[in-house]
Amino acid sequence: MNNLLTASLEWIDARYPLSQQWNEHLAKYYAPKNFNFWYYFGSLAILVLVLQMVTGIFLAGSYKPDATLAFASVEYIMRDVEYGWLIRYMHAIGASFFFIAVYLHMFRALLYGSYRKPRELLWIIGMCIYMALMAESFLGYLLPWGQMSYWGAQVIISLFGAIPYIGEDLAVWVRGDYVISDVTLNRFFAYHVVSMPIILLGLVFVHILALHHVGSNNPDGIEIKKQPKNEKGWYLDGIPFHPYYTVKDIFGVGIFLILFALAIFYAPEMGGYFLEKNNFFPADPMNTPLHIEPLWYFTPFYAILRAIPDKLGGVVAMGASIVVLFFLPWLDRSPVKSIRYKGMVYKLALFLFVVSFFGLGYLGMQAPTPTFTLLSRILSVIYFAFFLLMPFYSVWDKTKPVPERLTD
Amino acid sequence: MSAHSVTPSQVSPEQGTDDKGRRRFLIAATTVVGGIGAGFASVPFILSLQPSAKTRAAGAPVEADISKLEDGQRIIVEWRGKPVWIVKRTPQNLTELATLTGKLRDPTSEEPQQPAYAKNEQRSIKPEYLVVVGICTHLGCSPSYVTADDPSAKDLMSDWKGGFFCPCHGSFFDLAGRVYQGVPAPTNLVVPPHKYLSDTRILIGVDQDGA
Repeated sequence: MNNLLTASLEWIDARYPLSQQWNEHLAKYYAPKNFNFWYYFGSLAILVLVLQMVTGIFLAGSYKPDATLAFASVEYIMRDVEYGWLIRYMHAIGASFFFIAVYLHMFRALLYGSYRKPRELLWIIGMCIYMALMAESFLGYLLPWGQMSYWGAQVIISLFGAIPYIGEDLAVWVRGDYVISDVTLNRFFAYHVVSMPIILLGLVFVHILALHHVGSNNPDGIEIKKQPKNEKGWYLDGIPFHPYYTVKDIFGVGIFLILFALAIFYAPEMGGYFLEKNNFFPADPMNTPLHIEPLWYFTPFYAILRAIPDKLGGVVAMGASIVVLFFLPWLDRSPVKSIRYKGMVYKLALFLFVVSFFGLGYLGMQAPTPTFTLLSRILSVIYFAFFLLMPFYSVWDKTKPVPERLTD
Repeated sequence: MSAHSVTPSQVSPEQGTDDKGRRRFLIAATTVVGGIGAGFASVPFILSLQPSAKTRAAGAPVEADISKLEDGQRIIVEWRGKPVWIVKRTPQNLTELATLTGKLRDPTSEEPQQPAYAKNEQRSIKPEYLVVVGICTHLGCSPSYVTADDPSAKDLMSDWKGGFFCPCHGSFFDLAGRVYQGVPAPTNLVVPPHKYLSDTRILIGVDQDGA
């Protein structure tokens, strides 16, 4: 039996580099030995991506992308399809969990300087994944054809209208109609189930290849590849990804699935954060809900949009708040990567940034009042200051000496 | 010169160097021709996303009956999938419009948000009837109609004279659809092309005769 397996593997290896790929990416991929809690979220994001694709295929089998049928077909999935409610909740709540995983994954990069040289391109590919993910979730949000689906899409597509000269024509081109309609729903369905998943998979593949080319960063921000190797040819502070981190990640998967199951079975709407109350009403183009808010993962940017009392200015500021992240590798000029060796200035800046992000996230969900608008403006300034002043404060900051070897 | 007349024995090192230039030219020429081809091939795909003939036909004019409209009342009709509001304003409303000039961004309707025949203080053909597209010029929400005596009016603004409030991003418009200063919406509400078929019937989507 064993001989047969070995012979089969040899047969395959002569025709496809199976063992070579297994070794390069798992068994002999050396990762730093000191990964902590923050290093769970990359693999968890991949897990959610797979869950979204599987549940999405099953949903597409019962959903109808037609303005007269869409809302009822979602009700049909929820009430009449065997376990349709479970698959749909997994998909809808999976979207929120996807963003939780991705935000924590990105915050890890902020903590440990994982975007710094030589990982600039890795970070940029990651940002592209983040933007593709935002597009994917926005497109998917129109499909249930509820009030919030409809008016949310109406607001976001109208953002194109702010572009001088071509804006209005561009918005009509994107919608295929003068307002959001059946035409828009039909094409958004196509983008959501075909174009964006292909783009996402491609980007994730490139992200992992880039990671395995430069090697993983770690909580100390020390390059393990700059250290000598031992007699076996291992980096002194590196351990093979498999079995060490595959086992660690599977443990993370266990915890994650427990939390995911708790949300699905006990709080699928999460008080209106995961499924908005207004989306339980069918779309009505004649009647705007009194209060339009995007889902929680967009609200920080939405608050920035609303903070600017000018249409084009608001759109530009919102776009800039995401684009500025692409430049992070060149804004951070600190001599050290990890927060462990950075000084009080960076720690304070990061703290203020987190406060502004959560604050804007909260304000983006609230109805606009003069006080909230003022607060949004203050927090928007802090948000941008974190990035734009980074070339200065990261140099002033008093850093600590970085050790030669990892510190556990 | 034809390429196939050159046999391998005739190719000297110098000719080999010349061939590099020729190769570059061929690569550049194929790239340009291929690129232009790809550009033209993308046109049908890009245009297929434009509103279809059916969608454009659905933008036909609609008729509204205003015979039962009372003072201060609003009716909503659908034109091109958008809500069009017809509001009957009272004489008091009309006199108050003039008092708001200082608070508005474009009180004299300089921006081309209305047909020429509605570029007046009331932004309408007949002073009492306002006809506007009920979509906020900021990001396309549909504002709420809040009359001056509405219980929620005092929360919007002190001395609210009646008008429209967009709950999405907090823009205010007066009873002529003119935008207030200091709000996200950049321009006044759009007055659609319309004409009176009789005293009680309005056709929306067609310009007034002679306009």
